[in-house]
Amino acid sequence: MPSLAPTLSSPSAGAPPAASGVRRRTRTAYLLLIPGLLWLGIFFVIPLVSLFFTSLQAPTDKAGVYQPALQVSNYLVALQEYWPQFIRSFVYAGIATVLALVIAYPLAYFIAFRAGKWKALMLVLVVAPFFASFLLRTYAWRTILSDEGAITTFFNALHLLPQGRILNTPIAVVLGLTYNFLPFMILPLFAALDKIDPRLIEASKDLYAKPSTAFRKVIWPLSLPGVVAGTLLTFIPAAGDYINATLLGAPGDRMVGNAIQTNFLQFRDYPTASALSFILMAIILTLVFVYIRRAGTEDLV
Amino acid sequence: MGWLRRNLIGIVAVLVLIYLFIPIAVVAILSFNDPAGKFNVAWNQFSLEAWQNLCGVPGVCSSFATSIQIGILATIVGTVLGTMIAFALVRYRFRGRSTTNLLIFLPMATPEVVLGSSLLALFLNLAFPLGFWTVVIAHIMFIISFVVVTVKARLQGMDPRLEEAARDLYAGPTATFRYVTFPLVLPGILGAALLGFSLSFDDYIISAFNAGTLVTFPIYIWGAAQRGIPVQVNALATLVFAITLVLVLSIQFVNYRRRRKLEKAGA
Repeated sequence: MPSLAPTLSSPSAGAPPAASGVRRRTRTAYLLLIPGLLWLGIFFVIPLVSLFFTSLQAPTDKAGVYQPALQVSNYLVALQEYWPQFIRSFVYAGIATVLALVIAYPLAYFIAFRAGKWKALMLVLVVAPFFASFLLRTYAWRTILSDEGAITTFFNALHLLPQGRILNTPIAVVLGLTYNFLPFMILPLFAALDKIDPRLIEASKDLYAKPSTAFRKVIWPLSLPGVVAGTLLTFIPAAGDYINATLLGAPGDRMVGNAIQTNFLQFRDYPTASALSFILMAIILTLVFVYIRRAGTEDLV
Repeated sequence: MGWLRRNLIGIVAVLVLIYLFIPIAVVAILSFNDPAGKFNVAWNQFSLEAWQNLCGVPGVCSSFATSIQIGILATIVGTVLGTMIAFALVRYRFRGRSTTNLLIFLPMATPEVVLGSSLLALFLNLAFPLGFWTVVIAHIMFIISFVVVTVKARLQGMDPRLEEAARDLYAGPTATFRYVTFPLVLPGILGAALLGFSLSFDDYIISAFNAGTLVTFPIYIWGAAQRGIPVQVNALATLVFAITLVLVLSIQFVNYRRRRKLEKAGA
């Protein structure tokens, strides 16, 4: 939205746009904005800058103490040591996002078109998992997927599990990621589907479209903004997550989040940890912008 | 077969909802367990011990209280700041709108490890002591964006004719805001606050980076996971879940009843 037209009739301006009134209204706008934006500036933007400078610091004689420098090699060292974690993060998050999309779409579709008076209740049920602890819900999967549990026994009987178990394998990590971020997929999908005029679907039926054709030609294209928003809101937290890998995976399934966490909080290797954070952020932002460009939806927020 | 085909989507939808609730059911069921070993992962024997003695294990209730305090503080500040931004974005024209939108969007598009580690990098470089306040600061930072998005949606969905009607009835800007705009937006603001509190109360990653030696409820759970999570933790989490769900459902129910009444009156 262009920002340079303060004199156009603003949505709620009943008074004639006298110059002084407009100036006063603009001042009110800035007064409303400044506290919040200042907070984000100080505690979001400046930390990112600080993170960048930390990522270039060099070690000193004392362990855990670093001095300002321009050591670009930190990035190469970080990538060399942790590239498997990066690949794992993006592969796990990618599979989890696709699974979440497949699971979430029917539910979002049902809430938008078929739920009737149950719509509001079903939406509450979709966000309800957020009211229960994230860590405990993830931990509960240890019980559900345990080696003696029904699910593992069933799939083992069919000889479908390469490692003979689900827990402490990449499968459990991906399942955990899919589960944890599912509401982030359902809500934007629902928002997009709910905006579709049901008459468009009726029209496609009147024109003898099969249900599958109606879905492919009408519903799916119109729900794309929701698909884009949902996949991003699922993929981003999944790629940076380390809780699922720690609680449900084996040491060999660690993701880049684990590497950042251990380097920051255990090894106190702040430059490496910062470099890893910065690479993760850069890759994700690049993916986000390329993806949004491709999908052609710029108004996500 | 015909019935199955017609209702397939409904069946899948219900299955997905059940899937969302299975782990919560496990947490709740295990709160009535008397575990065989120190790890409360398999059913052993029914017991009410944890429910009768919620604070029976040292650290559980104090970390719980810490998280409530942090959640309330961060929610109040975050909701006020976010609501102000949402009003400015929807109701005013100003330079820098797209920069503002980007600044709201970016924290949501940044993985929590990066948010947490970058704040830690700042606090370390400033030698700022870690603890209660650094966690509150961090939580306010990530709550703001979610509040802006939620309140903005509510403001945009409001019928502008209601405020026009108030002005036609000679209500000044203050009276219009107090008696029309604010009551209409309030459910959105309360919803945003509830979301903010749940995000803060449940946050592990960002808190873990900035807490220093402070123990919040999620940090307690994370630490306990290595040596066995006390049954009391399951009981407390189940309690929080039940209270929040009842709260939200009753708000929904009141809204539903009110809308029904209005529709009847209008008909």
